[in-house]
Amino acid sequence: MSEKVLMKGNEAIAEAAILAGCRHYFGYPITPQTEIAAYMAKKMPKIGGCFLQAESEVAAINMVYGVAGTGKRVMTSSSSPGISLKAEGLSYLAGSDLPSLVVNVQRGGPGLGGIQPSQSDYFQATKGGGHGDFKMIVLAPSSVQEMADLTIKGFDLAEKYRMTAMILADGTMGQMMEPVTLEAPSVNEYDKSWAVTGTKCDRKKNIINSLSLVPEELEKLNFARYERYKAIEENEVMYEEYMMEDAEICIAAFGIAARVAKNAINAARKEGIKAGLIRPITLWPFPNEVFKKAADKVESFISVELSMGQMIEDIRLASECKKPVYLCNRVGGMIPSPEMVLESIKAHYKGGTK
Amino acid sequence: MSTTQILIAGFGGQGVLFAGKFLAYKGLLKDKQVSWLPSYGPEMRGGTANCSVIIGDEPIGSPIISNPDCLVAMNLPSLKKYENDVVPGGIIIIDSSLIGEMPERDDVTVFAVPATKMANDEGFSTLANMILMGKLIKECDAFSFDGTEDVLKKVVPPKKANLTEINLKALKTGYEY
Repeated sequence: MSEKVLMKGNEAIAEAAILAGCRHYFGYPITPQTEIAAYMAKKMPKIGGCFLQAESEVAAINMVYGVAGTGKRVMTSSSSPGISLKAEGLSYLAGSDLPSLVVNVQRGGPGLGGIQPSQSDYFQATKGGGHGDFKMIVLAPSSVQEMADLTIKGFDLAEKYRMTAMILADGTMGQMMEPVTLEAPSVNEYDKSWAVTGTKCDRKKNIINSLSLVPEELEKLNFARYERYKAIEENEVMYEEYMMEDAEICIAAFGIAARVAKNAINAARKEGIKAGLIRPITLWPFPNEVFKKAADKVESFISVELSMGQMIEDIRLASECKKPVYLCNRVGGMIPSPEMVLESIKAHYKGGTK
Repeated sequence: MSTTQILIAGFGGQGVLFAGKFLAYKGLLKDKQVSWLPSYGPEMRGGTANCSVIIGDEPIGSPIISNPDCLVAMNLPSLKKYENDVVPGGIIIIDSSLIGEMPERDDVTVFAVPATKMANDEGFSTLANMILMGKLIKECDAFSFDGTEDVLKKVVPPKKANLTEINLKALKTGYEY
């Protein structure tokens, strides 16, 4: 077991990526994730890797596309407005079935917005992230350790399913320091016979392309992709349950909001209120089953979010609208306090609908 | 189960974040749960900077501090901004060389340390932050002085290892004040 060190969430992502074998990073600075780029700039040249500050986010994601085509582990990172700029590239990556890791350390929006923490890119991340029918695996860390662990996991899932995995964090997770243990993972080997690595004149050339002008063929590609998505929905769901055994009211929250919610749940329990938490770790695939089961036990759900309630739709779908889903939120860079969440729990507990 | 929440606040450049990192490592090396959260944003350029450190026995929920057990104020705006947030019975430590007035609260324990003046007198003018940390680890039950050298070895970057000794001296100066 290696030593516990204090690291910022952003730095933990960068170091974990390097440990996972990523040697290509392309990015463009933006608060609150710039430490990722700074860390890569410092480390990559020392280990024979490539750090390149692109001229724009659009350039960076297309550089990712290029390296991904060779089958090498590659990543980029940005924050909300920068991810929007990358949307075209994300769609092309999906259309070409290329693995990549993309980090979004969210800030308040829309537009240029602010630089303080937010979770308001939930729709953008979980419903595709660009034009066309596609998904990204969306991982939502709630501690600095998870920033590292999910980065490693993200690279693996991206290669396993040949698609983009996105780390959906927020400014708090990126900026805070916590003890973290970092170890080089054992890297699974996946078939990369599709990669563009030079034929050496002894095989048919591979072509990486998202253009497909024959509708019958494009349809087939889409169907095949969604078969893979189905496998992901069956096999890769991750979530945490906290005090759900006897819970009568269920908080749903991810990332920083889940941490605030835990404080509130602990306080509620002290007052005899049976509150619990379901924390989705994969936002796509969404943990539908656990919410469906919870809907048979709890009176209601409260979605605690740093957005205008973007996750509520998924909770309603998962729980088949069996129980009401309320919202407790702050936006624009504000974060709900444990006291605010506790008030919301009290307001909705035992049939309260305030 | 106990949790201690410390808020350190001052101007950008006073070493607020470094002081917080020192405390966080102090907890880490005692096998405590810790979190460290900086303020970040445009206000750091010449404006106020602050840093929230939580140390406890149980996993830490929100790293954001609404009501600190201990406030270290390194300038007047920080004292004014956070004084009323400190829990009753809590601690406020101020750099009295830079803050010309005392906190108005009478339900907290106040320690006024002329840290900037002391640092100048001792010849380590940039270490007022560590003098205040020395005072804090003396007055706050969550800490003790032992192990401080090991902590410094963690927080002082290897390239500046020659500064470990002077940081230790600053901490002792504050601890003994």
